[in-house]
Amino acid sequence: MGRLRKLLIPGVDKKLLVRDAVKTMPELTRRRFITAGTSLGALTLLTGCDVVDSSSAEELLKKVSKFNDAVQAWMFNPDALAPTFPESMITKPFPFNAYYDLDDAPEIAGADWKLEVRGLVENKKSWTLDELYKLPQVKQVTRHICVEGWSAIGSWTGTPLRDFLKLVGADTRAKYVWFQCADKDGYNSPLDMRTALHPQTQMTFKFGDEILPRAYGFPMKIRVPTKLGFKNPKYVLSMEVTNDYKGGYWEDQGYNSFSGS
Amino acid sequence: MTSLAVSDHQTETATPAKAIQPVWVRMVHWINAFAMLLMIMSGWQIYNASPLFGFTFSRSITLGGWLGGALLWHFAAMWLLMVNGLIYLALGFATGRFRKKLLPITPGGVIADTKAALTFKLSHDDLSKYNSVQKLLYTGIITVGVVIVLSGLSMWKPVQLHWLVSLFGGYDIARYVHFTCMALIVAFLVIHVALALLVPKSLRAMIIGR
Repeated sequence: MGRLRKLLIPGVDKKLLVRDAVKTMPELTRRRFITAGTSLGALTLLTGCDVVDSSSAEELLKKVSKFNDAVQAWMFNPDALAPTFPESMITKPFPFNAYYDLDDAPEIAGADWKLEVRGLVENKKSWTLDELYKLPQVKQVTRHICVEGWSAIGSWTGTPLRDFLKLVGADTRAKYVWFQCADKDGYNSPLDMRTALHPQTQMTFKFGDEILPRAYGFPMKIRVPTKLGFKNPKYVLSMEVTNDYKGGYWEDQGYNSFSGS
Repeated sequence: MTSLAVSDHQTETATPAKAIQPVWVRMVHWINAFAMLLMIMSGWQIYNASPLFGFTFSRSITLGGWLGGALLWHFAAMWLLMVNGLIYLALGFATGRFRKKLLPITPGGVIADTKAALTFKLSHDDLSKYNSVQKLLYTGIITVGVVIVLSGLSMWKPVQLHWLVSLFGGYDIARYVHFTCMALIVAFLVIHVALALLVPKSLRAMIIGR
């Protein structure tokens, strides 16, 4: 088993694996924004009033988070590139990170897989991996920044998403490109159109010059160096160009939806 | 409490002396105290998601319950902290308070006043004048306040504000700078609160002005 795992993910960090497993445990607590525990009690005591009454505080925090979405969209410069690094600075091993253990990562057979394209596009045909591999690819060495605070530099190669959107005749005036993925419990995530059209936003097929391994999202991931890691979908099944905000796996639990870098 | 209020009122009418702490200073002080508390407690919860050192903060002293909740608190309280901080800096410069209260700071004065403080000989008769140690600490903590906001902004927007990240020498270093500033603020807080309790009239001045 150990040998098999090594084959699947070259040099995965065991500590990170354990941490991620632990992280998935207190699911109920994590879905709640505020603890009603000691910290809240202490705060009420210190401020002398009940401003942090959990339901009204939660509402207020959600409103501020929406406001922060707007501020970040305003700050977002479509021409500002994420810093790139020399290959010598690539983090080795590059961490595997998800809300599940690596053993639970989707196992997708490349030959059977097809990328479904839906929504406001002229050509709704599905794409096989071979067809996608024929599109022009570019490489980027950028910093992946996790919402948890850690970061790692990686090398990703693939087709700029904006080229693909042009190719399928997507309505780029639409608000979002919404990705659905094969992760267990159904990971999905909305990407605002301006970020989708950013020159570094990429449909990724390779990590470190080799076919994307299972750990990093085989067969296709979306690399978005101007977003936090949780907004970089892996194991992508479909993309939908839409004007509707359809929510996302992490976004619905309270992570800021724009989460731009 | 009533008699105190009455006697204060009489003193005020007898000598219309200036408040030791003008009302704007007291307001920004307590708003800052509240915002700082929210930032520090939610910051500890965020730190716990990916600790820089071999320890985590007890959940009983953190805010937010989990990373997502803590981030919501942190990115809400940051507006309060920043807007309030900018008002403080603007008024501090505009009213000449910084120049009058915090300058000059001389090494000789700091050494003499530190010695006096450690031997409990430092005078607190005139609360409107800061001694050299106070001047140094307050100037220092204002600087730390500016650095913690800038390092925080560079972690929040490492692409859009990449020039700011470069100023800190990179994203990872900015994290350590942010943490170090937090530690300095907490250390300041411990001394600041302890001294305010030792010299209660200074606390009173920060609440009612005199």
